Amino acid sequence: MSSLVYTRYELLRTLRNRRFLLLSLIFPLILYFVVAGPRAHERVEHTPVTWALYYMVGLASFGTMSAMLSSGARIATERQAGWNRQLRITPLPPAAYFRSKVLTGYMMALLSLLVLYVAGASLGVSLTAGEWLELTGLMLVGLVPFAAMGITLGHLLTPDSIGPAMGGGISLLALLGGTWFPLGHSGFLYDLAQYLPSYWLVQASHVAFGGAPWPAKGWIVIAVWTVVLARIAQRAYRRDTGRV
Amino acid sequence: MSAARDRLQSGERGGGIQLEGLVKSFRGPDGPVHAVRGVDVSIAAGETVALLGPNGAGKSTTIDMLLGLLEPDGGSVSVFGRPPREAVADGAVGAMLQGGALIRDLSVRELVAMMASLYPAAMAVEEVLELTGAESFAGQRTQKLSGGQTQRVRFAVAMVSDPSLLVLDEPTVAMDVESRHAFWTTMRRFAARGRTIVFATHYLEEADAYADRAVLMARGKVVADGPTNEIKAKVASRTIRATLPGVAEDELAALPGVSAAERRGEAVALVCSDSDAALRALLAAHPEARDIEIAAAGLEQAFLALTGEEDEQARDAGPGEVASSR
Repeated sequence: MSSLVYTRYELLRTLRNRRFLLLSLIFPLILYFVVAGPRAHERVEHTPVTWALYYMVGLASFGTMSAMLSSGARIATERQAGWNRQLRITPLPPAAYFRSKVLTGYMMALLSLLVLYVAGASLGVSLTAGEWLELTGLMLVGLVPFAAMGITLGHLLTPDSIGPAMGGGISLLALLGGTWFPLGHSGFLYDLAQYLPSYWLVQASHVAFGGAPWPAKGWIVIAVWTVVLARIAQRAYRRDTGRV
Repeated sequence: MSAARDRLQSGERGGGIQLEGLVKSFRGPDGPVHAVRGVDVSIAAGETVALLGPNGAGKSTTIDMLLGLLEPDGGSVSVFGRPPREAVADGAVGAMLQGGALIRDLSVRELVAMMASLYPAAMAVEEVLELTGAESFAGQRTQKLSGGQTQRVRFAVAMVSDPSLLVLDEPTVAMDVESRHAFWTTMRRFAARGRTIVFATHYLEEADAYADRAVLMARGKVVADGPTNEIKAKVASRTIRATLPGVAEDELAALPGVSAAERRGEAVALVCSDSDAALRALLAAHPEARDIEIAAAGLEQAFLALTGEEDEQARDAGPGEVASSR
């Protein structure tokens, strides 16, 4: 109900936050042109995917991951400011508070996707309407575990440690997920990546193949991460509110 | 919406605020810390009550339990006949908590509007801004405010729901003299609307000037509860210290102007309601007294001397308590 207005202001705050915009919109956009520009029309070895498409999805995964994680991790700053205590003496239920964080994260993620789609199209990425939609759908599903991860970090981190923790965590997940280069089809990195949610975000580029872009394994990995992280987030929240 | 308001008004007539047998301990590094140990307070709707006490008296912990932010270990809280959580869910409670800050990247007006949106019957945003003196900087971003301005905005956030119960935990700590004055003027206007106000302070003057009644807390207990002028007379005492071996506490306490006496080895401390009379009587009766000092009692000293309960409490309590109090 009224938490919609709260969410609207939350979104406004996020759009005004320069660090946030830099990390989830501007940085991925610039990198996209740098890495994909020189070989936009060539194909990634053994696949029908062009580099323009591969990196569009790769950097979209980076930008959207940042958007989701930072939105949740802002809880740490609000906790330190005593804002969460202030909210607990309003009629806003805790679930609605988390919903506003996740919704805001998703709105920013959509913005990040849109920006990279436009950039991708400018480098010759061409998908059917159905494929664009499928790609977007997969990205949104693949981001669910990151919503829970953001809320967890928001309860475990201090405002001072957010910067390094997010920067490091996102870079590592992006690297191991194949944002910067394809991981091939065998080897240690490939085996490890299979179990990371960021890998499946990047794999969403397979919509261009036709057929199912994610095998059952992808769905299971995303589901397991979601369930586990949601439990941890819940626990972190409870521990945090027991004694403030 | 209006149903919520009706329910609330009828609840108000029904209840006021009842704190019964509140107990709360925390785990500390040297065993349990008994922050609140048996607090009973009853506040009628429309009253303005000061929770007065030194740091560590248990005021904030009591307030957290009153607001439902903290679950008591024992005892119960009722806010207008309901548990605090329900009163909060109805939007009947507003509070300015200790040491809180604001979230950034919104203007003052936007922040107040954001909070107003959460309540069923919030005041108009402009009205709150005017009432709290925040309108002159309503367009500024919250991260660019001075300390005093921030406090006014926090006050606006506490008031925006037009709460039946307003709770303020040491609200004027970060304020300059001017802000402090403006703050209390607003508080008075709000109290005049028949609202219930509970505020914690360690300034006797604030309690005296702005509350109908003061509840004195020390070491997790209520040590006095009454109209502020009575409390003031009790607390605004002086203490005479002297080295005076061999005279019983009882004898000293019976001197004119002395309300309590305490001995520590050869030293005695006399808490006086009239230190002039006490000093004359002391020297007349015991000319051998030396190293005499007279000091205005700090709140804590005054409380402890007033109650004379310090030792008793240690004896009453379990072994954990003795460990934590030393």
